[in-house]
Amino acid sequence: MNSFIKDAEVSRRGFLAGSTGLVFSITVGGWLSAKSETVLAQSGRAPITAWVKIGTDNSILIYAPAAEMGQGVNTSLPQIIAEELDADWSKVVVEQSPHDSKSYGNPGFGGGMTTVASKSVNGYHDKLRIAGGQARRVLLDAAAAKWGVPVSELTTQPSMVVHAKSNRKMSYGEIASFAKMPDALPDITPADFKKPANYRIVGKSVTRVDMKDKASGRYQYGMDVQVDGMLYAAVARTPIEGGTVESVKDEAAKKVPGIVGVIALKDAVGVIGSSVEATKKAKELLEIKWAPGKLAGFDSGKSMAEYQKRSTDLNDKGLVYNQIGDAPAAMKGAAKVYKADFTSDYAYHAQMEPMNVTAKVDDDGMGADVWVGTQAPDLLAAVAAGVLQSAPPKIRIHQVGMGGGFGRRIYPDHVAYALLLSKASKKPIKVIWSREDDVAAGKLRPMTAHHLEAGVDANGKIVAWHHRLVGESVIGFTGPAQRLAAAKGLDDLTMEGSKFDYEIPNQFVEFVRAREGNEVALAAWRAIGSGYNKFVIEAFLDEIAHDQKKDPIAFHMALLEKDARARKVIETVAKMSNWSTKRKDTYLGFAFNHVWSTPAAAVLEISLNKSNGDIKLHKMWAAVNPGLVISPDGTKAQMESNLVFGLSQALKERITYTGGAIDQSNFHDYELIRMADVPEIFVEVITSPNEKPTAMGEVGLPLVGGCVANALFQATGKRMRAMPFTPERVMATLKA
Amino acid sequence: MVAFMVNGKSTNVDAPNDTPLLWVIREHLKLTGTKFGCGAGLCGACTVHVEGVAVRSCQTELSQVAGKAVNTIESLSANGEHKLQKAWVAEQVPQCGYCQSGQIMQAATLLASNPKPSRAQIVEHMNGNICRCGTYGRIVKAIQRASKEA
Repeated sequence: MNSFIKDAEVSRRGFLAGSTGLVFSITVGGWLSAKSETVLAQSGRAPITAWVKIGTDNSILIYAPAAEMGQGVNTSLPQIIAEELDADWSKVVVEQSPHDSKSYGNPGFGGGMTTVASKSVNGYHDKLRIAGGQARRVLLDAAAAKWGVPVSELTTQPSMVVHAKSNRKMSYGEIASFAKMPDALPDITPADFKKPANYRIVGKSVTRVDMKDKASGRYQYGMDVQVDGMLYAAVARTPIEGGTVESVKDEAAKKVPGIVGVIALKDAVGVIGSSVEATKKAKELLEIKWAPGKLAGFDSGKSMAEYQKRSTDLNDKGLVYNQIGDAPAAMKGAAKVYKADFTSDYAYHAQMEPMNVTAKVDDDGMGADVWVGTQAPDLLAAVAAGVLQSAPPKIRIHQVGMGGGFGRRIYPDHVAYALLLSKASKKPIKVIWSREDDVAAGKLRPMTAHHLEAGVDANGKIVAWHHRLVGESVIGFTGPAQRLAAAKGLDDLTMEGSKFDYEIPNQFVEFVRAREGNEVALAAWRAIGSGYNKFVIEAFLDEIAHDQKKDPIAFHMALLEKDARARKVIETVAKMSNWSTKRKDTYLGFAFNHVWSTPAAAVLEISLNKSNGDIKLHKMWAAVNPGLVISPDGTKAQMESNLVFGLSQALKERITYTGGAIDQSNFHDYELIRMADVPEIFVEVITSPNEKPTAMGEVGLPLVGGCVANALFQATGKRMRAMPFTPERVMATLKA
Repeated sequence: MVAFMVNGKSTNVDAPNDTPLLWVIREHLKLTGTKFGCGAGLCGACTVHVEGVAVRSCQTELSQVAGKAVNTIESLSANGEHKLQKAWVAEQVPQCGYCQSGQIMQAATLLASNPKPSRAQIVEHMNGNICRCGTYGRIVKAIQRASKEA
């Protein structure tokens, strides 16, 4: 036990230094470029390129570079490579690529290996087409040399090189028995790409590669990691973000059988033991005195009242996020000006797998193996290196499955604990957060208040738009400070979705930054700012359309006259939902949005129990066009997921703070939508095969707030302006 | 030391009587198909069968299964070939997949007692299992598909 204490002191200093060094500067580069070669050499299949290995049994291994968290990227990205490789898809196996940004980074995200912002398919698309084409070309060159014929005479069929002139064929597996990975890869240009009309794999709903394992309990998540000699750790973390440990009484905790150590860190106390149950029990017995952090006393209700006040005070100037034309002047000249105020509450990711990580720090304390499901291995390596006061190449990340990401698994705040406790105990340590720990350490979507004004001309056409958002900067909490400084404080995460493609000549969007320098714990949250921004925009447009006695869909079409793709999506959903047919006892709400270049529209059908405020969801229809579609069924699944997730946050999800700590703790007081609540969902995926693929992972969620608010107006004749639309709020609005 | 059957084999586990069955299964017996989601019986990710009844293993103490038969997702079939598992793949149900062991184990007890459930019966039986990815619609379809298989 003595050595524990000694090491803990070292660790504590390390963490103090590491903690201030917990600056999330995303350094992109080839830290681990040597590693991919090692991995390649260890396999039974012959490496053709860094992306493809082929066995003499004709099996084809393709590396998947992005982080799979249910969105299907470990299938869709290999589909792109397989298509250009002209592979027989039935012979393809997929493995996670090594953590090596130089080889496997996403050009759509600065070359790094970060799976965020719906950027995997569109960001990697060209790179993977080239990778597939290069691998095919390596095989063609090898076959040409073998046969002594010009490569120009060769063609491919699925997993087969063909020389038509001499009627010879050779399988990819056979070629792999003699082909050598060239020092310099062949040049592949867009001119070499397959024509979309000839696609056999892209655009097909292939069975997802992770499906069987996920239906049989075999899929490995971080929670399932087992390492020889591993101990478990429970972590009692400060209930108030930024708080620190003042003193610990751990006598009772240490007496729990199986407990081998209790270690005080800067903002937490770690309990190490030989079983999960021992660590959980011991953690409950700790008596910790906390020094409260900066957030002490924070009350979200009071803060919201301040936000609302600020949002309507036009003299409280915000940062200009978007400016087109001269909105203030156009507003003055408008025939009529509309005004509306909205709010949205903090939201928690609620990924099904609580945060967890297993780490084994090297004997010298400078490097570590880390087993973790992460959306951002580059960032995690940088943060882990900061904790160990070491360098990112010393951090060996073993990517494992994720039980949900939604942005939460970008932020590696849990990793420090496993590293420090492993360093102190000299054992591999698996840190498992309880659900209560996970909620208390939630990294939330910000709470916001909005003030909107719109001016219309004599014909009812919107000529001026003014949107003021009051809320915290997400990057203000997560860092890096340089990023926010470079953007002049205009936080793209908080403000995402406040711009739109509606044909309104004068637009003015302000970001009124709240709680600057003292933000609550925030992070990217599925669809980031679009979740609330599209809600307020769509609810406000609906309000204006209604006052103008215009059908909301016709009103939207008039704002998108030049956008054929958007119009087609809206027309499709109108048809799917029989929009123009009046319902008896049920009510429809419509919303449209462009999120990251993908147009999407939805109609929701609800009924309302006016005696208790319960909203019953009947049906929901959605249409979307993400350009080239890699997997139609995967795209449909993403849209379904978005709508259900969106309904959950629009109807139920709400985090509040009292005294600086989060009030909620588990799924009884942070309720998620359940099977009985969800409507029947119908999705139509429209494709534009000759266009680039655009974002798909988050484009449906932002439709939901508007759909619900607008359907509620149809049901009640009143505007609901606070999301989520809980029964209590519905009743309050009805009574108002 | 508590003796019970797990997936057809007798086993002895040396853990305190009040240890949640979940951690016995996952960490003592290394059967990691059963998942930890909430630890409070609120999400269903940890669902297993005790004597053929779906229970939340996070709310079941080790002593409660003494002498009883516990079955986990690993015992449903040797190779993912149970009709529910095949239906899950056919409908491409899982996204992140973390809740799906629990969903399938919950669904299995429904089909065992009611081979042809109505949609309403499916929803009622499954409502305690949360799926954050929102695969509920596909879960219903997969159960309906499996119920059509003999």
